[in-house]
Amino acid sequence: MALSQDEVLSGLAELINEETGIDTDSVKLEKSFANDLDIDSISMMTIVVNAEEKFGVKIPDEEVKNLLTVGDAVSFITSAQG
Amino acid sequence: MNHKIVVTGVGATTPLGGDVKSTWEALLEGKSGIRTLEYDWVAKYEVPVTFAGIAKVASSEVLTLQETKRLDPSSQFALIAAREAWADAGITEVDPIRLSVEFATGIGGVWTLLDAFDTLKEKGPRRVLPMTVPMLMPNGPAAAIGMDIAARGGVRTSVSACASGTEAIANAITRLQSGEIDVVIAGGCEAAIHPLPISAFASMQALSKRNDEPAKASRPYDIARDGFVMGEGAGALVLETEAHAKARGAKIYAELAGGAVTSDAYHITAPDPEGSAAARAVIDTLKMAGASPDDVAHINAHATSTPVGDVAEYVALKRVFGERLKEIPVSATKSSTGHLLGGAGAIEAVFTVLALKHRLAPPTLNLDNPDPAIELDVVTSPRELGENILAISNSFGFGGHNAVVAFRSYN
Repeated sequence: MALSQDEVLSGLAELINEETGIDTDSVKLEKSFANDLDIDSISMMTIVVNAEEKFGVKIPDEEVKNLLTVGDAVSFITSAQG
Repeated sequence: MNHKIVVTGVGATTPLGGDVKSTWEALLEGKSGIRTLEYDWVAKYEVPVTFAGIAKVASSEVLTLQETKRLDPSSQFALIAAREAWADAGITEVDPIRLSVEFATGIGGVWTLLDAFDTLKEKGPRRVLPMTVPMLMPNGPAAAIGMDIAARGGVRTSVSACASGTEAIANAITRLQSGEIDVVIAGGCEAAIHPLPISAFASMQALSKRNDEPAKASRPYDIARDGFVMGEGAGALVLETEAHAKARGAKIYAELAGGAVTSDAYHITAPDPEGSAAARAVIDTLKMAGASPDDVAHINAHATSTPVGDVAEYVALKRVFGERLKEIPVSATKSSTGHLLGGAGAIEAVFTVLALKHRLAPPTLNLDNPDPAIELDVVTSPRELGENILAISNSFGFGGHNAVVAFRSYN
């Protein structure tokens, strides 16, 4: 069953926390991965790979560069579950 | 000018304890760090050896979740030992470009490599995490330490199998002596208690198979020794020029008086039975220390508990010390810790430094029936050492690597 946007956000926040130590409460839709959360490219790819497994979706490499904010990633994952 | 080098900090995480204090106490009490393995993979793969020296304190109890996820277990041990040594040294100010790291591993990030291969086979290439390469590379431990203490004077990794840890310490000497740098964190680590290395070492008949009596399995110099016992963990020393240490009023454990590396060019795994290159490593070390064989009053031997290796080291020592060898107290601490491979020389250097500081040679376990072919004065219960003495620590590795370091009491 597809997860809601809130459920994807909280699942993604857990993955970000595990990888970077960033508090899950700080992971909000409007936050930029690079500028606000200071997530480097290697951590970003780790989160992407783990998100694919956790949510059962495919996030193509060429799509990753478009995922600038947490909201972008949540939207992509939510619709990709479809 | 040649700067004198001193040891101002020590750190360790070993099968005996999660730090230097607990490790040293357990060592003096004659405790064994060797235990039966309680992992699922022991039965799953039917590994022929079911025990090892597992780290007494799990790294996950010490490090953050992020550190344990981004560092191979070998680097985790390295970071724990290095942080303890660094805190112990109490250095608050150092020029980063005059601070360097010399840290060893025998095998590198073997858990990361093999876990990633399992992931590849089971889930495909997409699931292989991007941190895999930086986690598996053998310079990972040294790099992790270098970043942690902001060392910009060079971060180097010695890889010479079981000689690696001692070689890393020896490699620190020249740059400190010349005054090119002021401070080095040196040491070594290993985290290879994994079914593949166990199977491979067992396949070459290098490991003890005393599965029913793990604590009795590592028995250097005993007639019934049947191989080494794998251990895991790390050891670290803060090495500093005496001038730098004195200027900041540091406590000083001992002097690092010398160190040397030689090679057998004899056989890829077997030690040269003549021991000439191993003996030369001792002699070169003593030369650098401005000492003669007569000055050596304690030896922390490599003594892995293999039938061939223990004799080969004895032969090499006999070449150097002659009849006086029988009068030198020898400790074979792998009897307690197991063999930490790339970390072995590092924790044994820590033990040698503490032996000088506390004037106490640590005991050797399980020497029930000494091998008559090996005439040594093996320390079997803690033995008092003299006040102003020189001690050496030996390490030898597959590939024919010989590494020796010498420490002197410091007053």
